[in-house]
Amino acid sequence: MNLFFFKLALIVYAIATVGYFVYLYTLKKEAAKGAYYTLLLGFAFHSLSIILRWVEAGHPPLTNLFEATSFLSWGLVLGYLIIDRRFKQAKTLGAFVLPVATILLVYSSFCPKEILPLPPVLKSFWLPIHAAISLVSYGFFILAAASGVMYLIQERQIKKKKLGGWFKRLPSLEVLDRINELSLKIGFPLLTVGIITGAVWAEEAWGSYWSWDPKETWSLIMWLIYAALLHERLAVGWRGRKAAWLSLVGFMAWLISFFIVNLYVPGAHTYVEWHG
Amino acid sequence: MSNGTVKDHLILIGLNHRTAPVEVREKLSFAGRDLDPLNLFLGIPVVREVLFLSTCNRVELLLVSREPETAVELSKKAWGEANDIEVSLFEKHLYYFRNEEAVRHLFRVAAGLDSMVLGEPQILGQLKEAYRRAAERRATGVILNRLLHKAFSVAKRIRSETGIGSHAVSVSYAAVELAKKIFGDLSGKQAMLIGAGEMAELAAQHLLNQGVTKLIVANRTLSRAIELAKQFRGEAISLEEIEDYLLKVDIVISSTGAPHYVLSAAQIKKLMRPRKMRPIFFIDIAVPRDIDPEANEIENVFLYDIDDLKAVVEENLAYRRKEALRAERIIEEEVLKFKAWLEQLKVYPTIVALRRKAEEIRRRELEKTLAHLKTKLPPEDREALEVMTKSLVNKLLHDPIIYLKNRYHRDGQQVVDFTRKVFNLDGEAPLEASPPESILADLEKAPKH
Repeated sequence: MNLFFFKLALIVYAIATVGYFVYLYTLKKEAAKGAYYTLLLGFAFHSLSIILRWVEAGHPPLTNLFEATSFLSWGLVLGYLIIDRRFKQAKTLGAFVLPVATILLVYSSFCPKEILPLPPVLKSFWLPIHAAISLVSYGFFILAAASGVMYLIQERQIKKKKLGGWFKRLPSLEVLDRINELSLKIGFPLLTVGIITGAVWAEEAWGSYWSWDPKETWSLIMWLIYAALLHERLAVGWRGRKAAWLSLVGFMAWLISFFIVNLYVPGAHTYVEWHG
Repeated sequence: MSNGTVKDHLILIGLNHRTAPVEVREKLSFAGRDLDPLNLFLGIPVVREVLFLSTCNRVELLLVSREPETAVELSKKAWGEANDIEVSLFEKHLYYFRNEEAVRHLFRVAAGLDSMVLGEPQILGQLKEAYRRAAERRATGVILNRLLHKAFSVAKRIRSETGIGSHAVSVSYAAVELAKKIFGDLSGKQAMLIGAGEMAELAAQHLLNQGVTKLIVANRTLSRAIELAKQFRGEAISLEEIEDYLLKVDIVISSTGAPHYVLSAAQIKKLMRPRKMRPIFFIDIAVPRDIDPEANEIENVFLYDIDDLKAVVEENLAYRRKEALRAERIIEEEVLKFKAWLEQLKVYPTIVALRRKAEEIRRRELEKTLAHLKTKLPPEDREALEVMTKSLVNKLLHDPIIYLKNRYHRDGQQVVDFTRKVFNLDGEAPLEASPPESILADLEKAPKH
């Protein structure tokens, strides 16, 4: 059953994505509205698929690459819905974020999906907390990156004085910068908690808080990048272009950590090993 | 008019910014005269409906008449006399449109396609106002009511389906549009006006209208600054204080007569850190320029000079011109629809006569039957018979009426004549018996779409 709703969510997200593209092109309010309600429906299916899988497996569905990627996509949509409520004038953000959420689901649909007995090391109170919080923080970093890309496009339009279609379609620089800032302000504390809970769990499981496992190292790199960005934003008043670029650098670090380190570098987070 | 068709003609006479100089337009606008143009034109016997539109770019008279030539001649004469101007003096500036052409022209005017600034929205409001006045004076009837409502909905459709009204087409609006894309909401933002000048003051006014809370006015002569500050309810400062205030304001409009840069890029760069990198938007309207163009390279500084803004406006106008072509297509479509309705109007007297005849027969026969019944029917049963006979008549007439309406476009008068013969509408109950008012009343009830 959980896979049925997973597929349904994937299809509905794809439709919502098309809706947001239509809105981006036509700027018709009806398109944004339709896309939004479609997205809500997809999100409901997605949530249901996660809950059902939890019931079927008997443990939180955050243990392999399929489950983690699906949950990440869920967190991204959740984050998008929060931002969308907060910033009414930024509907075109959907056309940048929803393709990512959909691609993540497509990607996870290619991963092995069978429910396997939980390896002893994962049987922990910390599993759902550490994994869920970390994954949701990634969702907000993706949002920061998306708004960063939009900022850079819009800023280029205004600076080069070529006010084309993008100028009309993208929100104001101010709004994009504030979305970037808010995403960072939510994502960074979550990442921090994710790393701390991970360390606590590692101490319980292996007797050591930190073992310079590749995933840990990359997470630390990410944390340092976002910490620097947040510090510059709050203390120096960095904003706009520089902030947008740095959130893209952080996003790159995340891409490496999530797609390369998890899959190809052996360590505690190497999902492939668990169902090899 | 034994066959029940009389043709109402739509006539539009007018002059606009392209055909007549303002001296002529203003003379015909009834401005400052103690005479209501609606009364004047309604006083002409052959004129049935009137609308009078007068804006700073056009004066137009829209009439419905069954004798168009006479109506045009008499209207021109009355128009000239009322304004103390010889017809020969303004006649060469007039344009005339009839029926379909008049409909098309009115639609184009309503959508702003005939305006000096392509796609400007004010004309629609002015047209609505003109219609309100005419409707209040009961100068409009079936045809103009429908035509004007259609014109408003066509204009609305064009606005929503094409980009004719989007993108600023004046320098000051273009500046406001840019400011909005930089700052989002302008409320709570502060602006500074350096120097003065018509365009700069206009831009400042637009910014204030958009919610900018405070305007600081800097000028070489402090008295001039104080005077402008009073006008915009702002704060006056001297040129020496600019740098301090640049730490606070978000938008700067510069328009001094200085022969050299008033602000250098280095000066602005130095300000950014104390400003906590908050973005600042310079609008440099001055020639020669006031602000070092290099400043645009500084992060979070956005600088547009007059040529940049003019280029934006030119691009937006080109876009509007492209969208205007799409608007013209919509207008053609709507003109055809309206033409079909106008044509249909001619079959209405026949439809009315048909319905009346059927209703008469129904009532007569029903009364006869009821009178012959042995038992008196209770009111409920009488009611049921009424309903039954009415629906019988309606159902029988439904198809002939649809046929009349639809075939009239193709076969014209022939269909009407044929129907009138088949139902013997001109024999026992000639149409002359029915006063025209009742036909109009029936027309009013006819479905609007």
